[in-house]
Amino acid sequence: MALFTEAEARAICAKAVKMSKADECSATLTGSIKGNVRFARNDVSTAGLVEDTDLAVQVAFGKRTGVATINQFDDASIERCVRRAEDLARLAPENAEYMPVLDKQAYRATPTFSAATAALTPEARAQVAAQSIAPCRAAKLVAAGFLEDGQSFYAFANSKGNSGYQRSTGMDYTCTVRTEDGRGSGWVGRNLQDSAAFSADTEIRTAMRKASASVDAKAIEPGKYTVILEPAAAAGLVSFMLNFFDARSADEGRSFLSKKGGGNKLGEQVFGPQVNITSDPWDPQAAVLPWDDDYVPREKMPIVQNGKVMNLDYSRFWAAKQGKKAIGTPGNIIMAGGTKSTADLVRTTQRGILVSRTWYIRMVDPQTVLLTGLTRDGTFYIENGEIKYPIKNLRFNESPVIMLNNIDELGKPVRVAGDESSLTMVLPPMRLRDFTFTSLSDAV
Amino acid sequence: MLRRDFLAATGKVGAAGLLLSAFPGRAIAEQELQSAVDASLKKRLADAALGAARSAGATYTDVRVGRYLRQFVITREANVQNIVNTESTGVGIRVIAGGAWGFAATNALTDDAVAAAARQAVAIAKANAKNQSAPVQLAPTPGVGEVSWKTPIVKNSMAVPIKDKVDLLLGVNAAAIGAGANFVNSMLFLVNEQKYFASTDGSYIDQDVHRIWAPMTATVIDKATGKFRSREGLSAPMGMGFEYLDGAPAEKTVTPAGVTTYKRSYDMKEDAIAAAKNARAKLTAPSVKPGKYDLVLDPNHLGLTIHESVGHPLELDRVLGYEANYAGTSFATLDKQKAAYQYGSDKVTIVADKTQPGSLGAVAYDDEGVKTKKWDLIKDGTLVDYQTIRDQAHILGKKESDGCCYADSWSSVQFQRMANVSLQPGKAKMSPAQMIAGVENGIYIIGDGSFSIDQQRYNAQFGGQLFYEIKNGKITQQIEDVAYQMRTPEFWSACAGSCDESDYRLFGSFFDGKGQPSQVSAVSHGSSTTRFNGINVINTARSLG
Repeated sequence: MALFTEAEARAICAKAVKMSKADECSATLTGSIKGNVRFARNDVSTAGLVEDTDLAVQVAFGKRTGVATINQFDDASIERCVRRAEDLARLAPENAEYMPVLDKQAYRATPTFSAATAALTPEARAQVAAQSIAPCRAAKLVAAGFLEDGQSFYAFANSKGNSGYQRSTGMDYTCTVRTEDGRGSGWVGRNLQDSAAFSADTEIRTAMRKASASVDAKAIEPGKYTVILEPAAAAGLVSFMLNFFDARSADEGRSFLSKKGGGNKLGEQVFGPQVNITSDPWDPQAAVLPWDDDYVPREKMPIVQNGKVMNLDYSRFWAAKQGKKAIGTPGNIIMAGGTKSTADLVRTTQRGILVSRTWYIRMVDPQTVLLTGLTRDGTFYIENGEIKYPIKNLRFNESPVIMLNNIDELGKPVRVAGDESSLTMVLPPMRLRDFTFTSLSDAV
Repeated sequence: MLRRDFLAATGKVGAAGLLLSAFPGRAIAEQELQSAVDASLKKRLADAALGAARSAGATYTDVRVGRYLRQFVITREANVQNIVNTESTGVGIRVIAGGAWGFAATNALTDDAVAAAARQAVAIAKANAKNQSAPVQLAPTPGVGEVSWKTPIVKNSMAVPIKDKVDLLLGVNAAAIGAGANFVNSMLFLVNEQKYFASTDGSYIDQDVHRIWAPMTATVIDKATGKFRSREGLSAPMGMGFEYLDGAPAEKTVTPAGVTTYKRSYDMKEDAIAAAKNARAKLTAPSVKPGKYDLVLDPNHLGLTIHESVGHPLELDRVLGYEANYAGTSFATLDKQKAAYQYGSDKVTIVADKTQPGSLGAVAYDDEGVKTKKWDLIKDGTLVDYQTIRDQAHILGKKESDGCCYADSWSSVQFQRMANVSLQPGKAKMSPAQMIAGVENGIYIIGDGSFSIDQQRYNAQFGGQLFYEIKNGKITQQIEDVAYQMRTPEFWSACAGSCDESDYRLFGSFFDGKGQPSQVSAVSHGSSTTRFNGINVINTARSLG
């Protein structure tokens, strides 16, 4: 039941819309099957499979709206759901910011589905766990990791004839490897749409190498350092900042993108000239659905170009109020870089710190997007183009705005997932000047 | 880690879709929030799963038939942005087969679908058993037959008309704007977990759990300078009904800074007016001079520090390495318990308690059918115990689980989550004013702000909502840009004492994230105002040029 074909899904959505007597109606049908395996202490700890399907019907009488959902799809159930949404809407207070449903849109399909990922079995997941654990056991290391994969569909239709259907797949693998005595820790993460490109056997070596190499970490004085952030380490900072590209907050004077005296910084040089960030739902490496949560079509668009802010995120309401065009909220970001790998960047660094991963990043001051967080699972001191020794983890207090004004060099972008972001990201490794560390951590 | 995305998700609300994706569950009519799944259906489904799993080869099975209701009312200024009622109903089945765990869940409430999910769970367990080095060992827990429990609420939040909720929030917003706020966001998050648990141990446990949270933020801006500041509400999420929002005068405490804080009853409108004024004062408050200060921490602030630096490191799954890949491990390793590790000064006694009335974590049985209790974690400064569930108890040589198992949905596998973890009040009579009178050079902090701690819970940094400079025993002025950095054992060793129990209040974390896939849980932390000597304070002001 969890996955409907395009014809089935469209028929259910159309039926719901047709049944509605409200001024406007939209129906959204989504379903997914997700499998996972979790391991720790060199053993599988949990594994599971979860499936769910839902029809959500939103109706409006004027500016009064109601939403109801159901997971039974016979005619009587669908009708009950529609009537319930209508009853709710009649009782609801007016939402002054309600926007009418969209006219028919032209969505161009994006390549979000992979047959190989959709075909993964519990045995295949158990195999990934086994391939991660076995080499660690043999090397007297301890693995803890997680694999989650799934397939889903997203279908919708509204009373103005707009509709869509698309299937997606995804998988995310992460593994932390520690030495038996707990003095060393390394990590690897791979986020993919197509599992065919994944080999746990290969990936685990990165985490194992970092675990062994990070034993006997030395303490260094906190302060300002040149750092190389691996793409996974940069992801948490960059994605956090992009949460604050909302046009309304900027216009209201409560964002780092607000201008003194009023207005926002659209078109202004906010970052260093090397910074180019785009969103592109069709990017083959990082494809996302061609619509956002409001069904607004996503577009390929620059967000930051040569350091200038090119697009802010306008909700449909705020765009209409400000006379702007609403573009779908980005589902991915692609930051341009160079051709060098992280290892190449290390080779051309005189003195600096290599950061494998960042952790528990939180806002300290929204005025400057000052963020705090820590390094984790592989932090190394670089001297004369070589990794000299592991160093203890460090807490940073740094603004990504300041950080992206201090770029020394960017490497070759790769696809990464953030610990706490829903964005699909393609980011380069970055060598940055004057990155601010404020204290040492004894954590391994 | 405390989730940061839930409130962020409410920042740009227009479509129901956004909220529905942030808060899983299907939307339902308000009236249905007061109904429940028929008890006989729950027992029948549970028996169908138990039977199917046993036939497929499971040696242990538990079944959770869950109906999770949530209502969110979200407003800004004079506008109701969204009202969402969600329901998520389904069955989660956990089995041991071949010595390994397997889990499967379905939202279809039929005997056949539940039996199929049970067989799927057994198949998953068997697939994993091949690579398992040692079989799962469950600490025994007695079957309790058919029992039920309910959060002792006075007013069921789900039964309060939506109009009353909207009127309350819009009244709060108008009060904040009237007091000088440029913007105000206010919300109600209401949760009712109807949980039915059955296991092969012979338990059929029906529980009805209620929680409430009323967050609010007042923001002021100074267009000329481009500066903006916010102050969040000083309420705590609670394991209570709508009576929490009655604003009972007896539950208010006026702090030495003149700011009112709240115990078991919250006056949201009063706090909104204060928030607007406090935020305005922040615009011109002087920036802190970095250095060492004696900190006087209000319970509404200290709760989060307890959560991060005591609650998490004493979760046994973290200590053992089960969370190494995401939430992290712990500095408080098992050898430290054996060595009677000095976690803090002798003023520090910290208890875990799953039974505390009004707390977010209070239940009669946990999500694997274990009766809940209260026990010491740190006694007079010494580490004495951890928090466990059934498959870990044997590692500590314990005969029973501590009852810390929880899943945030029928579709999530249950695992070890933090109990309410609280600092015991001082035994000698002392008020916050008397405590401040003894501080020469200090900062008084009220409300929680930014928070971050490393993956072994050593190095942490905390901000706050309101900061007041203390000079020679007196509060001199409101200050800004304060964050303190700490190393957990040094911080708790610097604890110079707590006010008495008349000052004891609960802080709460409504969305505490842990696990992969990440799950949220809600947990309370009680304390009285407490003093810590010689803590490192940094200045967080920066310039973007």
